[in-house]
Amino acid sequence: MPANVKYELKLGAATREAFGKTLAELGHENANIVVGDADLTKSTMTTYFAKEFPERLFECGIAEANMVAIGAGLALSGKIPFVSSFSAFVMTKGFEQLRCLVAYPNVNLKVVGTHSGISIGEDGPSQMSMEDLALACALPNFTVLCPADEVATAWAVRWAAEHVGPVFIRTGRVKVPVIYPAGTKFEIGKAVELVSGTDVTLIATGLVVAEAIRAAEQLEAEGISARVLDIHTIKPIDEEAIGKAAAETGALVVAEEHLVDSGLGVRVAQAAAKTHPAPIEFVGLTEFAESATPDELLDKYGMRADNIAAAARRVLARKK
Amino acid sequence: MQRTQNPSELSSIARQVRRHILTMITAAKSGHPGGSLSAVEILVTLYWDVLRHDPANPKWPERDRFILSKGHAAPVLYSVMAECGYTPVETLNTLRKLGSIYQGHPDVRYIPALEASTGSLGEGLSLALGMGLAAKLDKSPSRAYVVLGDGEIQEGQIWEAAMFGSFHKVDNVCAIVDNNGIQLDGFVKDILDLSPLAEKWRAFGWHTLEINGHDISAVQKAFAEAAETKGKPTCIVAHTVKGKGVSFMENNPKWHGVAPKPEELELALKELA
Repeated sequence: MPANVKYELKLGAATREAFGKTLAELGHENANIVVGDADLTKSTMTTYFAKEFPERLFECGIAEANMVAIGAGLALSGKIPFVSSFSAFVMTKGFEQLRCLVAYPNVNLKVVGTHSGISIGEDGPSQMSMEDLALACALPNFTVLCPADEVATAWAVRWAAEHVGPVFIRTGRVKVPVIYPAGTKFEIGKAVELVSGTDVTLIATGLVVAEAIRAAEQLEAEGISARVLDIHTIKPIDEEAIGKAAAETGALVVAEEHLVDSGLGVRVAQAAAKTHPAPIEFVGLTEFAESATPDELLDKYGMRADNIAAAARRVLARKK
Repeated sequence: MQRTQNPSELSSIARQVRRHILTMITAAKSGHPGGSLSAVEILVTLYWDVLRHDPANPKWPERDRFILSKGHAAPVLYSVMAECGYTPVETLNTLRKLGSIYQGHPDVRYIPALEASTGSLGEGLSLALGMGLAAKLDKSPSRAYVVLGDGEIQEGQIWEAAMFGSFHKVDNVCAIVDNNGIQLDGFVKDILDLSPLAEKWRAFGWHTLEINGHDISAVQKAFAEAAETKGKPTCIVAHTVKGKGVSFMENNPKWHGVAPKPEELELALKELA
């Protein structure tokens, strides 16, 4: 990705939609790919796969724990299962099964959480996962991916299918801006520098990455040179890029649609502490949200470019 | 290993397996004798007569699968696998010790011939159903067998899986409930009663049999009936005795998770001579 290109940020598909379409493509390429869903195929978009490969889509009903474990059994017999539900359900109701049947024996199961974060909107807090990255990162052997747009999601799903081992992919309900040119190749565990900069680094993941790009543009107008990193791989995290950003810009802002006490922010802080300690500001969630439109919630709960730019000014004030 | 269908030969293997169980748990100074002893005839019949498996080729794709969902009964599985030649008999007494392949609960990292790591209760039935589905997709003759504890099926996931298994007609799966009537805190009927147990499985759409789980001929017949049953999975409710084979352990909740002392082992081995 060339540094300091101007981003159009035209609205594209929801990452869940990119997941569903990519999964159906993979179904043609690999007969071992099978899918489990918990009565949400039309929402998780595994419906694309179901239409083409009904015999390889196992409807588990509203029973996420069983779905995860059925997936583990399929994987132990050589299949490549993707199980999918809202992140809020698969990562919580399926967590013990992910811990004991998938992470601990290192079983080749792929978990795709959809409708992550508060941007699910009107359905409200019971359906909103704000802790799914924390739960996924708590599991040894798991690779944890949080793609920012449809292009990154298509790559993440393809990577997961080829990788042998457990993977969690976080996707969202709403359409998000397209950041990457179609077919962009990513590297697992390697952050993407979307904007180069020298004064501060904005580190973001998922739907907040586009907001971080906009924040960098705001800051540039004020004469502040902000670097933007997209952390598509939450685990393993790119310690090198974070350490380099901390050393070269001396101040970090982390932005995520997740609880700030347990998500990307703490992982960045750990990486910076190990490599090059620097002041950090955290933009994210601190409480249960409510019912409203996704845009209203992203405004109210501070997930916008304005919030990220404000955090950048705060961290710059602390920078020695 | 020498396969056999002869009940008296299977019975003599069962006695040897019981001796291993007691000896290894005594050496470990901790473990679960009661629920290991109650499942001996079930596992011995499976491994010497029923399962299509090959200790010399443990990853043979068309093998039958066995999952010990009640993972705390690991000593019975270890003893059986060792006697079959999967793992060494001479190190059974390293059970639960640092570096041993014989971990406290079955662990595929240490024994790759295991089909799954188990230990967190309520999860093995789903695994077996996943394996059953995979076999169907592959048009493989492979069947999956899973031993559940009776206390274990208080877990809700068992009933999610039970619904799934009959709805999806996973008829290459056979669940065996080791119905010994005792769990850690006491008698199952006093902790959270499961009755009517067989009726529950029938209501969930499983072909359900009730047998004496220590009668090897009855166990053999039940597995034969399970293999012939099409269109639905089979559940064998095996009525068993916790601590079976050792008079002072039988039907006593104390022996759920306590190791015998060396003098108790000596008494037990005399009974199993």
